[in-house]
Amino acid sequence: MSITEILFYILSVVAIGSALLVITSKHPVYSVLWLIVTFFSISGHYLLLNAQFLAVVNIIVYAGAIMVLFLYVLMLMDLRKESEPAKNKWLKLAGAVAGGSLLLVLVAGLRTADQRMAQLNEGNIGLIENLGRALFTDYVVPFEIASILFLSAMVGAVIIGKSEKSKKQAVPIAQQQPEPEAASV
Amino acid sequence: MYLLQIDGWFILEKFILIAAIVTTALVVAMYSTYAERKIAAFLQDRRGPSRAGPFGILQPLADGVKLFMKEEVIPLVSNKFLFVLGPMLAMIVAMMTSAVIPWGSTIDIAGRQVPLQIADVNIGVLYIFGVVSLGVYGIMIGGWASNNKFSLIAAIRGASQMISYELAMGLALIAVLMVTGTLRMSGIVSHQIENGWNIIYQPLGFLIFFICALAECNRTPFDLPEAENELNFGYHQEYSSMKLGFYLFAEYINMFISSVLMATLFFGGYDIPFVNEAAWGDAWWVGLVGFATLMLKAFFFIFLFMWIRWTVPRFRYDQLMNLGWKKLMPLALVNMLITAVVVLLLQK
Repeated sequence: MSITEILFYILSVVAIGSALLVITSKHPVYSVLWLIVTFFSISGHYLLLNAQFLAVVNIIVYAGAIMVLFLYVLMLMDLRKESEPAKNKWLKLAGAVAGGSLLLVLVAGLRTADQRMAQLNEGNIGLIENLGRALFTDYVVPFEIASILFLSAMVGAVIIGKSEKSKKQAVPIAQQQPEPEAASV
Repeated sequence: MYLLQIDGWFILEKFILIAAIVTTALVVAMYSTYAERKIAAFLQDRRGPSRAGPFGILQPLADGVKLFMKEEVIPLVSNKFLFVLGPMLAMIVAMMTSAVIPWGSTIDIAGRQVPLQIADVNIGVLYIFGVVSLGVYGIMIGGWASNNKFSLIAAIRGASQMISYELAMGLALIAVLMVTGTLRMSGIVSHQIENGWNIIYQPLGFLIFFICALAECNRTPFDLPEAENELNFGYHQEYSSMKLGFYLFAEYINMFISSVLMATLFFGGYDIPFVNEAAWGDAWWVGLVGFATLMLKAFFFIFLFMWIRWTVPRFRYDQLMNLGWKKLMPLALVNMLITAVVVLLLQK
């Protein structure tokens, strides 16, 4: 077994194991932390495929930003109450059916996929130079549209935040703090 | 191109390099605590630590022994696993950035060109950004697991402060990337050796980066997570013994690493000013002289950090957020735009 294969198996075991722990952990904070471990192992897989840019962006965006936000919210909730209200059994059934159909679609999609091996250990499509060139020449229109989408989402978030503040009229605008969590502290 | 070409020498070389860099960071952090006290004493017209050894030079060791000998207390109501994990994460994340910093040019050992850099990846700057964004976890997990109101408030303050200042920091870095045209740390340094230091092209970018570094390291005037007159002690209030030591130590390591980073990104890294090192050929000591130069530059920044700490009072929390979001961010955006326009015009 080459080093690449050993690394692949270790990373896969870590990824699947931590992903299982995300959904089986009782405590939501542990779930979030296991999810971070999952993201790291997936970044490891990207590195094996020599997609360094994707690997590091995966960590910056998911582990560094989104999971911090998750933790932030969880830490401000009162989690000492153990009991979660029992869910409707029809809801459970609906969840099982939806999850099962997703599995079916995935299996069907993978079954007919051609059996090409991924370019392990070589290839430079994922390097930042090539990725940047592709994004800004071949795919420049979709890329710019996506960035406008993000901008509008940001503006929307600011507007939602502002309108709630102005309803309360609690804080003068000059002293408003950008993050509502920080303000409540 | 085969990526994982690893032989025994390569592994040995990297292991020695990692051990050397970690040791350097720890020793510098250790003596930063001593320097901090001495500088504070100097600025306040006192003598500072002077009992342990000549000029109190053994004071950090005495502090270390004290921290190790103290009773280890884990609060009953805390989440024990996370409580222990917090300081570990703080320490590991503080060390991780050093992997992509070029600590010197190459050293010739027995016919092998050994670069004084652990990983010369072509996403160096992004890697740093990734590690910086992970820095929040040590504080957040530790503060939350302590199950103490003050710790939690401090942890939340620290996290939101770090998230806010990361943005302006990233925007300042993008302007540097536009000037140098590479994400590779060794490329940034060699570009500066050829074309002059980045501080000449990016004075505003450096200022923004420096302020953000102060905030990311939780140093005064932005040390709100440790504002003792509001929060008792800060996010590490429930910690004792070496776990507390880890948190305090991680902060000094962060300070050292960000000083090295500023020296590398804006002040030419291991480049000696007004001297053409390339003319010296590849004698074995050239790399070490470069390393010493980088250290000197870093020590200057550490001194600057301390100087500011004992000069400027602490900001209020809303002032901190105002500065980060309403002043530094637009300023960094403008800086980025101007840099982009100038780079574009010069290319034509």
